Amino acid sequence: MKRAPSLSGPALRIGAMLLALLFTTGILLIAGAPPLEAYRQIVIGSLGSVKKITDVLVAWAPLVLATSGLLLTFAAGLWNIGIEGQITLGAIFATGALRLTLESGLPPAVAIGAAILAGILGGGFWALLAGLLKAYGGVNEIFGGLGLNFVAVALNVWLIFGPWGRPGVASMSGTEPFPDSLSLPALAGLRLSPWAVLLAVAGFALVFFLLQGTYFGLRLKAVGKNPRAALLLGIPTTRYVLLAFVLCGGLAGAAGAVQVTAVYHRLIPAISSGYGYLGLMVAMLVNYQPTWMPVVAFFFAALNIGSIQLPIVLKLDSSLAGVLQGALVLFVLAVEGFRQRLRRPEARVTE
Amino acid sequence: MRVELRQIHKSFGAVHANDGISLTVPAGTIQGILGENGAGKTTLMKILSGFQRADRGEIWLDGRPAHIRSPQDTGALGIGMLHQDPLDVPAMRVLDNFLLGREGGWRPQRKQARSVLQELAERFGFALDPEAYVEALTVGERQQLELLRLLWLGARVLILDEPTTGISALQKDALFASLRKLSEDGRTIIFVSHKLEDVENLCHRVAVLRRGQLVGEASPPYDTDRLVEMMFGRVVSLGSRLAGQAGKHVIGLEDIVIEDRRMTIGPVSLHAAQHEVIGLAGMEGSGQQSLLRSCAGLIRPVHGRLRLAGEDVLGRSYRDFRRRGVAFMPAARLEEGLIPGLDLTEHFELTQPQAGFLIRRQEAHHRTVTQIDAFKIRGTPASPVEALSGGNQQRTLLALVGEDLSLLLLEHPTRGLDIESVVWIWEKLKERCRGGTAIVFVSSDLDEILHYSDRIHVFFGGRVSPSLDARTTTVEQLGQLIGGKGWPETRV
Amino acid sequence: MSTEVLLLGLAGILAAAAPIVFATLGETLTERSGVINLSVNGTILLSAMASFAVAVVTGSLLLGFLTGMLVGAVVALVVAGFSISLRQSQVAVGFVLTLMCRDLAYFLGNPFIGLSGPRLPALAVPFLKDLPVLGPLFFRQDLLTYLSFVLILGAWIWIFRTRPGLSLISVGERPAAAYVRGLRVNRMRYLYTIVGGALVGLAGPAFSLSVKAGWKGTISGLDGYGWIALAITIFGGWNPIRAAFGAYLFVFLQWLGLVLQPNLPGVPSQVLQVAPFPLMILALSLVNIGNTEWVERTLAGLPDEVRRSIARVLRALRASPPASLGTPFESE
Repeated sequence: MKRAPSLSGPALRIGAMLLALLFTTGILLIAGAPPLEAYRQIVIGSLGSVKKITDVLVAWAPLVLATSGLLLTFAAGLWNIGIEGQITLGAIFATGALRLTLESGLPPAVAIGAAILAGILGGGFWALLAGLLKAYGGVNEIFGGLGLNFVAVALNVWLIFGPWGRPGVASMSGTEPFPDSLSLPALAGLRLSPWAVLLAVAGFALVFFLLQGTYFGLRLKAVGKNPRAALLLGIPTTRYVLLAFVLCGGLAGAAGAVQVTAVYHRLIPAISSGYGYLGLMVAMLVNYQPTWMPVVAFFFAALNIGSIQLPIVLKLDSSLAGVLQGALVLFVLAVEGFRQRLRRPEARVTE
Repeated sequence: MRVELRQIHKSFGAVHANDGISLTVPAGTIQGILGENGAGKTTLMKILSGFQRADRGEIWLDGRPAHIRSPQDTGALGIGMLHQDPLDVPAMRVLDNFLLGREGGWRPQRKQARSVLQELAERFGFALDPEAYVEALTVGERQQLELLRLLWLGARVLILDEPTTGISALQKDALFASLRKLSEDGRTIIFVSHKLEDVENLCHRVAVLRRGQLVGEASPPYDTDRLVEMMFGRVVSLGSRLAGQAGKHVIGLEDIVIEDRRMTIGPVSLHAAQHEVIGLAGMEGSGQQSLLRSCAGLIRPVHGRLRLAGEDVLGRSYRDFRRRGVAFMPAARLEEGLIPGLDLTEHFELTQPQAGFLIRRQEAHHRTVTQIDAFKIRGTPASPVEALSGGNQQRTLLALVGEDLSLLLLEHPTRGLDIESVVWIWEKLKERCRGGTAIVFVSSDLDEILHYSDRIHVFFGGRVSPSLDARTTTVEQLGQLIGGKGWPETRV
Repeated sequence: MSTEVLLLGLAGILAAAAPIVFATLGETLTERSGVINLSVNGTILLSAMASFAVAVVTGSLLLGFLTGMLVGAVVALVVAGFSISLRQSQVAVGFVLTLMCRDLAYFLGNPFIGLSGPRLPALAVPFLKDLPVLGPLFFRQDLLTYLSFVLILGAWIWIFRTRPGLSLISVGERPAAAYVRGLRVNRMRYLYTIVGGALVGLAGPAFSLSVKAGWKGTISGLDGYGWIALAITIFGGWNPIRAAFGAYLFVFLQWLGLVLQPNLPGVPSQVLQVAPFPLMILALSLVNIGNTEWVERTLAGLPDEVRRSIARVLRALRASPPASLGTPFESE
């Protein structure tokens, strides 16, 4: 929704961030942990060295892909909670493709390309299911997506412990790792693959372009803001909703494929790394607009990577990152709410 | 109860909705308040009933100042307001709506409420089934229920906001009789309306508002022209029908039956031809809206034949209908017609027939400016549609449906609009008609129906009259049919 | 399977479903007033952890349960504040809170992983426990399960048989009508959201101090039950008794999966374990499918008799939410 730009906007956002920091500090104190030390560890753990920064980028790429997709579904007015499952299915399809090409002797570039494509297909397919449930089953996409998330998790676990299990002892550590040749090539000595970054940038650019410069994007937004009027004006709303799902699922599937080919090099139970839900929060924080999304995504990825230090150094659970991320979104929403309330011409107190 | 409004001021931003209004209503009077849309009537009544607070001014009841902050306060003071869309709970039963909100113990006192309801209903000649769900009632019945509820609460001042929109002639007679009885009892009635005839019939005195100010008062015998002049500041003529030669049939319905959630509509047979204007008249909720939507392909009838230019299209999709040149303009402008959050340029781009893939902003801007000029829309290409006034929103809707249509279907095209917009929009519609488009419209404004239609169909409780020639139909005939009189005996 | 074993199993279902019943009843009350509290999943985790921690530290079960309810009430208060006073999207707030509460639970609960704490004992009702069939089924449960039975009935009576219940229904259906009748809409919404949240908060300790005793951090197995409670609220048509039926059905499906496992060697255990979750959520399509446009159009094309019978079935299944659910109320 178009809001009048206000001078106090950025200032309020910074205020919200400070409040979130305050809140998280409080939580740290409750847990009996040294707050400043914890923050220092997070900063060191994410930005302390070139290697660390590239590690953040490793997390950034799939996050950006997933969030880009979500910007499309949010434009269409949808809460695509099923994004987690879509990432997972992308990873599963990518793994399947790699397994197939393992014996075939195809050149690695083709194999990896096929894996990424398979991932896109897998994610898109899974998202299509959620869309069909909504369009033809009348099931709200929140619950349809949740149900499919559960199924995706179960499918993943079954594959890892069952047919795709490691020979010998199938375990939580995932499937047999793929040979190095079947991974997205990384920079020397680092875990980061520039191809992953490229993919993320491409995904983001695609979504930015679609939303800002095409009729498709405009119609999608119309469907999101007023589906009834959009229908009467002649837009095939069901088709657009399904398209939004499929495109988002494709991008999510690409994220899953990246997780398999560039990050973990195998399929593990938590292959999505929570990037789906995290992406939803990033999208909320940028008010569903693409412009600042990659920056915020980097920030969130840095928090995730940085907090890995916490269990090691301070014996704290790394979920602190989630607390801070949640607090950020929450306080921004709160500040936004207060700002709107103060602007209302009649501040009524009748209750 | 004697009601005095002293120098009431209320502004919404730059709009001065009530500008120093002072009015005194003696007890036992039926006071009419006349004014067109936007004159400030509803705001004034909302202030009196506690829904809004005045910026400045006082309200005195029975010679004492009253401090009103909320509807609770006014309820305690004995002021009750009957809204145009009665504030009831459709999902609950009549009896529960009746007793909702009353003080009491842990269990609802249904037995007591039932007997009070029945007694009051009998006294006023209303027939209300306590066990019926409110969503199944007509607007008139819901008003009756609300009226009885306010009386049970001991309301000594009753404010009625546009009570005769959407009720039958019979119900109106019953309502007026009850109001007269109540005023004889010493209760004060404030009757807000834009319908001259009703106000002239019923009210002991009339106050006229225009643009937020009280411009004059009158007592019987009323001079209609003078009242109109006070309301509009000028004498207004509505324009006339096109009376063109009907051409080929554009749409034909044969024995169409539609099953709505509440009723069965039809069987109805009607047709519309090029250059013709067909008016669908009737109380709201009598089925005309569903029929109009069937003509657009939005609802599928369960029986009958539907032909567009001779081709059978029953069951086809809305898109198929659109492709054949059928356009539909809904009554709820912001809920169904336009997209709040998008501006004018975006709306026009959305309906671009030869849209490519990329948006070319220069061209889009140019196209929008052209349309704004053609339809005299008071706004800029960057204006969000929710910021436009009702009249301009309606012009936008008209601009969006496009040219070269075979059939234009309109739901309440001029509802809530000022008289200038009404006339201007109908001029545009007649232009289309001249060009060959057939027009079918639904309206609850008898004047509009009679003025602009060539032929009329009346709807009552799902039944549809055969085609009536607008030139030879009188207001009384129309009113009677709309109210349910003059229909052949029902076959069960 | 012998009757005894069957009854034992069913009694176990009633007990295991108690937490879900609490959460669902709480959410039903909240949604009846017109507010969606999507944070249920996170709240259950947080309240489970907090009540376990308090119980371990103080040794008191009662304090543990009260803590759980307090946590639920506080989270719900946040949801209410954002929804009612700040008029922000209820889905957005609930979603953020559900994630944040989960992370809070894992973070703050770290020190308590694997500890053993007090556990609610069974409390058989004298005389009644010896009744045939009904005895082993209903009267050999623990205090919490008895409470769940009482609350199901209590909630139903409150909503449908009392005067305040009528007010509650009106606030959720058409707040403007309630307001004009002198009801304090927003105040009632706060109240019911907080009370509903407290009930959701009760589900947490019902797990960590009874049904799934202990706190195991990220593998507590509690993640997901909040979503189920939300789904069952819809499935139950915002009616406590129908919602309870949904809760028992869900746990029954879980139990069925366990029981059938040995008979179905080909089906992996993960599938049977997780199957009830998506099944329940997909069951939502049953109660909603009548609302979709394609069904309406198809129905219109069917012969009269067929159409009427199908319409009747759809109408019986239909779950219509309180009309103002999710919409903030402005008294202007």
